[in-house]
Amino acid sequence: MSAAEPLVEIRHLVKRFPVKQGVFARTAGEVHAVEDVNLTIRRGETLGIVGESGCGKSTTARLILRLLDPTSGTITFDGRDITKLSQRELRPLRREMQMIFQDPYSSLNPRKTIGQIIGGPFAIHNMKQGAKTRVKELLEVVGLNPEHYNRYPHEFSGGQRQRIGVARALALNPRMIVCDEPVSALDVSIQAQILNLLRRLQSDFNLTYVFISHDLSVIRQIADRVAVMYIGRVVELGDAEAIYSHPRHPYTAALLSAVPKASADGGRRIVLGGDVPSPVDPPPACVFHPRCIRFKSGHCDVEEPAMTVRGDGQQVACHYPLERWPMTAEEMRR
Amino acid sequence: MTAPGSTLLEVEELTVRFPTADGVVQAVTNVSFSLRRGETLGIVGESGSGKSVTNLAIIGLLNRKRAEITGKVVFEGTDLLALKPDELSAVRGRDIAMIFQDPFASLHPMYRVGDQIAEAVLAHEKTSKGKAQQRAVELLGRVGIPNAAQRAKDYPHQFSGGMRQRAMIAMALVHNPDVLIADEPTTALDVTVQAQILELIQTVKAEFDIGVILVTHDLGVVEETADSVMVMYAGSVMEYGSAAEVFGLPQHPYSWGLLDSMPSIDRRLETLMPIEGSPPSLISPPPGCPFHPRCRYRFEPCSSVRPPLEAPPGGHLDACHLPSERKQALGRSRSVEHFGARA
Amino acid sequence: MALYIARRLIWTLVVVLAVLGLTFVVFYLLPAGDPALRFAGRSPTPETLAEIRHRLGLDHPWWYQFGRYSWHFFAGDQYGWPGLGYSYSGGFSVMSQITTRAPRTLFLIMGAAIIWLTLGVTIGVISAVKRRSWIDRAAMGFALFGLSAPVFWLGLMALFIFWRELGLPFDTGYEPLSAGVWNWSRHLILPWCVLALLYAGIYARVTRNSLLETLGEDYIRTARAKGLSERSVILKHGLRASLTPIVTMFGLDIALLVGGAVITESVFNLQGLGWLAIDSALGQDLPVVLGVTMLTAVAVAVMNLIVDIAYAFLDPRVRTQ
Repeated sequence: MSAAEPLVEIRHLVKRFPVKQGVFARTAGEVHAVEDVNLTIRRGETLGIVGESGCGKSTTARLILRLLDPTSGTITFDGRDITKLSQRELRPLRREMQMIFQDPYSSLNPRKTIGQIIGGPFAIHNMKQGAKTRVKELLEVVGLNPEHYNRYPHEFSGGQRQRIGVARALALNPRMIVCDEPVSALDVSIQAQILNLLRRLQSDFNLTYVFISHDLSVIRQIADRVAVMYIGRVVELGDAEAIYSHPRHPYTAALLSAVPKASADGGRRIVLGGDVPSPVDPPPACVFHPRCIRFKSGHCDVEEPAMTVRGDGQQVACHYPLERWPMTAEEMRR
Repeated sequence: MTAPGSTLLEVEELTVRFPTADGVVQAVTNVSFSLRRGETLGIVGESGSGKSVTNLAIIGLLNRKRAEITGKVVFEGTDLLALKPDELSAVRGRDIAMIFQDPFASLHPMYRVGDQIAEAVLAHEKTSKGKAQQRAVELLGRVGIPNAAQRAKDYPHQFSGGMRQRAMIAMALVHNPDVLIADEPTTALDVTVQAQILELIQTVKAEFDIGVILVTHDLGVVEETADSVMVMYAGSVMEYGSAAEVFGLPQHPYSWGLLDSMPSIDRRLETLMPIEGSPPSLISPPPGCPFHPRCRYRFEPCSSVRPPLEAPPGGHLDACHLPSERKQALGRSRSVEHFGARA
Repeated sequence: MALYIARRLIWTLVVVLAVLGLTFVVFYLLPAGDPALRFAGRSPTPETLAEIRHRLGLDHPWWYQFGRYSWHFFAGDQYGWPGLGYSYSGGFSVMSQITTRAPRTLFLIMGAAIIWLTLGVTIGVISAVKRRSWIDRAAMGFALFGLSAPVFWLGLMALFIFWRELGLPFDTGYEPLSAGVWNWSRHLILPWCVLALLYAGIYARVTRNSLLETLGEDYIRTARAKGLSERSVILKHGLRASLTPIVTMFGLDIALLVGGAVITESVFNLQGLGWLAIDSALGQDLPVVLGVTMLTAVAVAVMNLIVDIAYAFLDPRVRTQ
């Protein structure tokens, strides 16, 4: 893929949620959901955002779509700064960026027919003419029977409901679709159907995807580039194949080695101690340092590592990125 | 892996049906397997496969007024299904213990964690409350919770996901059960925590010398931890054998479908090969093989004759009509190499 | 926990002040015409009117009046604490009337509450456990009856059957405890039962629904998996988690009954606070109405506080908010 121009640029994005406590609901602290995130989403690519619970990936997705207002930072869509636009000004832009949600059971209004659900966007943007034909077209595109548009969500299986969600997202010919864990709630054999569908649609309609998941295997199958997040920060960013064949950040390494599977790849599993710390009170300096196997006292707990761009374009935020993969025993300092 | 010991559990032709207003749900049909001490049996299946209902039937958590259960579940010589409810209560939690998928929802939000574990002690043992609480703290420490004495006084919402699952495991081990049934124990957890919990289950199995039934939809988990594997679909057993056999040479089209459709973390594939169609309705299952509507290799007998669970020569048990040479050829290309516990 | 209670306490105070202000506006500031007239009861003499005007401080600005009223309320006046003034039609202090009447209402409520809680929750639990059986249907039918039967009809029927026809000594009127426990309670037994029947119906239904919902939770499955007795599962694990809606309702019900058990008090001639409120309202005796209103409002605020504290005991998740 040639170096495509950016569709979305995110610079120094920060989102903090206040925690209210005390007699008069004073703000006692903040949840550092997203901290200083810098991302570029290129046209036609799939950017995978991967991380565990509390890492901020879903919040980032919602910030990109301006479903949330950032605390600070800028978001640019197609060259235009959309950070501070009002909801009214954003409305026409909403046709260009859409979202697919995780839970096919709760993301569809059970009281509406799927025709109404998929046709909803047309009604909102005052495009009612010809909507019905378009709805039927969309149903076919996602692999459903167009004659079923008068049925209700509960008459469909999980995989089919997710297809309905995809059809809804496609209704207005968006340029970008944010997929928030779209296959996590589906059976394995159905996941592959939806992933294939998404890939096909991307090439048919020239879509740009932001694909969020906690499942590294799924991300590998669909992402061109990957951003690894941990407690609101991007710790590693770059070409997907490069990251999977040689992760640089110790957290990425731990994630990859934690995936249960048969072959050991000749390396030892890195089992991280403790639990993911709370984003209300993140550790100082490098947020990963308390659990990091490459931790160096006096450095990692004192100075926050900046995101450095390596020669091959990969970006890592770490003082001691991995030199070899799989790691040898000596490399695991702890 | 230690050599498996004596047989703990023998399930014979277990069938579970739920009569409902819409028809009879055939949740589990003729499931048979055995479990030995020191063995981890991985039961793999997707939604509707019957894997959870099978285990609920074994441990006696199904409402006998709503479910028709036939068959035998022989545990240390006794058929559990023939026991009266209070006799079964005595076994449940003491000799056979179960942990569930969502550790947050599985702990009572209003009682302290230590007290809930102590309650498990007192359910089957006549001892003082203080002693029960001591045992709770001891077990919390054994499952790797730091500051166990302090944390025992916490409430479940003050525990993280991984810690809650550890607490559930501690609760299950209170009476040194012989069998531990783990129903999707890691599905609701983050991947780095999953690794910890799976490791814990393996350690516990060795230390307490028990048999483990691990139910999951994740083949990776099974590849890593199981000694034997049973693949279920639509309430029936599709394939059953030792992990070496099933992963070395899978014999059933459904297993092939699962292996083909699983997103691999090892390499990016040009196209993924899903299993077309959706899981069947359990109310009026199709005649013949339950998998045949979605099977790529179906042929004449599949839609009318239900394939029996039989082992082809030199192979392990499967329920498929395909001739064994065909199975071997198709299975060989899906063979999983170098599986087993990591070094 | 202490912080939680402190927070709630401050809010209660704020609520009471707000009610005080609102009541003041309603009774003093809004009415058109001469407020003194309203306070004077029926056919006042000009001297009374002048005196009232002076006493009410009507010659002073409204904020002075509000200040004085609040001051009297919190610090008491010459008739005792809280200072609610005196009735113009009767000449007696409002407080004295309230202190005479209040015990009757409170005893009525307490007794009925004990009955309806025990009966309602028990029936609700049994119904939930034996769901869809004939016991369940009968219980819910009974609940419906209790809910729908008008209190005055129940009261009159009860009096007719038990007092008049069966000749049992459960007659109307009221005797204080000093007249002996039997003499005190025999006047209250029928009102207790009648009032309790209404609420027992509601509580049975709420308990049943709440418990049924709780029994579907995963932690109930865990409790069974531990091998606990079914009784322990239902009561210790199930009921405990189902109590929140019951506690909420209970607090509000009790509070509203303080000034509101009017029909029961009338039918059984108990002359409690509800009766006092109606009687003084009909007689346009504003200070008394005002007094009862304030009391009820404070009762509601205090009960809310108690309920909130009860939540914290019941559900530990609330404490660490």
